[in-house]
Amino acid sequence: MSQSQSQGSIDPRRIADVEPVPAIAGEVATPVYHRAQPRVGGLGPLGWARANLFNSWVSTAVTLVLVYAIARIAIAFIDWALVNAVWTVPQTATGPNTARCRDLMGVGACWAVIGEKYRFILFGRFPYEEQWRPAISILLFVGLYVVSAMRRFWRRELILIWILALAVIGLLMFGGVFGMTYVPTDEWGGLPITLILSTFGLALAFPLAVLVALGRRARSLPAIRLLCVVYIELIRGVPLISLLFMASVMFPLFMPEGLNPDKLLRAQVAIILFAGAYLAEVIRGGLQALPKGQYEAADALGLSYWQKTGLIILPQALRLVIPPLVNTFIGFFKDTSLVLIIGIFDLLNAAKVAVAEPAWQGFQNEVFLVAAAIYFTFCYAMASYSRGLERQFSRSARR
Amino acid sequence: MSQTMLADRTAQAVETEAAITLDHVNKWYGSMHVLRDVSLTVAQKERVVVCGPSGSGKSTMIRCINRLETHQEGRIIVDGTELTDDTRALDTIRREVGMVFQSFNLFPHLTILQNCTLAPIWVRKMPRAEAEELAMSYLRRVKIPEQANKFPGQLSGGQQQRVAIARALCMKPKIMLFDEPTSALDPEMIKEVLDTMIELAESGMTMVCVTHEMGFARKVADRVVFMDRGEIVESGPPTRMFESPQTDRLKLFLSQILRGH
Repeated sequence: MSQSQSQGSIDPRRIADVEPVPAIAGEVATPVYHRAQPRVGGLGPLGWARANLFNSWVSTAVTLVLVYAIARIAIAFIDWALVNAVWTVPQTATGPNTARCRDLMGVGACWAVIGEKYRFILFGRFPYEEQWRPAISILLFVGLYVVSAMRRFWRRELILIWILALAVIGLLMFGGVFGMTYVPTDEWGGLPITLILSTFGLALAFPLAVLVALGRRARSLPAIRLLCVVYIELIRGVPLISLLFMASVMFPLFMPEGLNPDKLLRAQVAIILFAGAYLAEVIRGGLQALPKGQYEAADALGLSYWQKTGLIILPQALRLVIPPLVNTFIGFFKDTSLVLIIGIFDLLNAAKVAVAEPAWQGFQNEVFLVAAAIYFTFCYAMASYSRGLERQFSRSARR
Repeated sequence: MSQTMLADRTAQAVETEAAITLDHVNKWYGSMHVLRDVSLTVAQKERVVVCGPSGSGKSTMIRCINRLETHQEGRIIVDGTELTDDTRALDTIRREVGMVFQSFNLFPHLTILQNCTLAPIWVRKMPRAEAEELAMSYLRRVKIPEQANKFPGQLSGGQQQRVAIARALCMKPKIMLFDEPTSALDPEMIKEVLDTMIELAESGMTMVCVTHEMGFARKVADRVVFMDRGEIVESGPPTRMFESPQTDRLKLFLSQILRGH
């Protein structure tokens, strides 16, 4: 179809310029035409630079200014981060001697703080001897993400693997069995907190969001529809911080005496509710983008509401919204760091507290850079994965 | 289904014997009266072609038959079951009535074969292997078995519409509804779809077809129904309708579409 159209649109005056190319085996047997065009690629780096960076006076000037600025910043950073950096400091009886770091403050990075404090940044106040438990938990989380990302594992068993892995993580973190000491959630901290909050947050918010998005479009159920609208607008209308405050300060006031759910759990519920409202709106966008004919064709075939939704509507709607969905995922992964205001030691808060002791005060640049690198690794992995997913789907489903 | 209900149904079926009965059906979109007192009876194995200018209510009428649109007054009885708000009645009817749309409406995320096997597997609870065999037999009948593992987007419009016909047939419907099946097609693809429909008509399927293809109407229709402004203006066998139209509105319509061709 599209081929015949593009052939038809060739300007007859240019026919002389086009050369027939043999069709690829298995494709439609009509010859494919290429329009003769100046080729932009294949000029080599020098040619490319001349065509794109130095094609006029203005662009040459802009290029030179920018190259200078970038070079200055890069050199300054390399000087600070590598050339002048202090990698270790001597240990004394009273603790590390950071004098050399202090002499070079602002000139060279003090990476010694990372070597000294990386376990606090990663695991917070989790008992030092037991920190292999959160370490394994982190590995389990990462393994879970990797397995879930591979299409060949997209089977029903994957749900079982998730439940199993999350149960093992819970067991490792809490302890209290198999000779592991019990560690209450107030002592958890660092990367596991971030991963727990975002993984449970998004994994539970997502099905909630699907139901809310469907409910908001259920024209025949006005009560449910109203409930969904109220939920979305109410949650979206307040900042996450205020929701976290409510969960940590106000909520216990309403609970009966003695029944006081865990602070981490309360923050987790707040994050689930918040993410649910945002994801619901993203998913609703996908539902609305589907042509009406898809709904009608499913109805005409006699599919029930849930069959239609599960087999026809959601698979297409969710594919359409992969980019905004991943955008929201990435946003919430980082937003979990807001729990620091109610005193939960997630990765960012642990990094901040790691340099609170007098010996290391003033070295927050280094620890925040490391925390940023960890956040970036996870977020960039999500972004690249979603790009790959989009490519796969567009290859299989569209012409 | 209980014994009494079954008895009820057979009694009704014997009583009416018609495949589809529309009895003084009225429908409004807001204040717009889109179906005015439409009464129509389609006998078993009858082939009815519905024509009329755009906006005449012909698509709305055909879409009321499987309740993609709801009517507000009058009765619609399909295969002995009356269309009401009762969802069980609706399920029964949708199972017996296949529909082909102007814009094909294939499911783009499923292969051709999956498009065809979906409803038999999920609605008729047919084992997968059996459903695939059935689907392949219908794909052979519409002459595109070799496309079974492609996605709809890789097929031409005419091929997609033939798949849509096969998909509807896989539910083994008693009645087929066609809503302008060739209107979205490029001219060179209309024939392949019409040929498929003619072949289906010759096999004895009850068909209601909204179309402007007068050649098709002449060839297969037992009856042509002409609609204008929400009402049935005239109906009769195709030769009579085309050669000696009784009403001015039909004369005008015929002259317009003949000029168009």
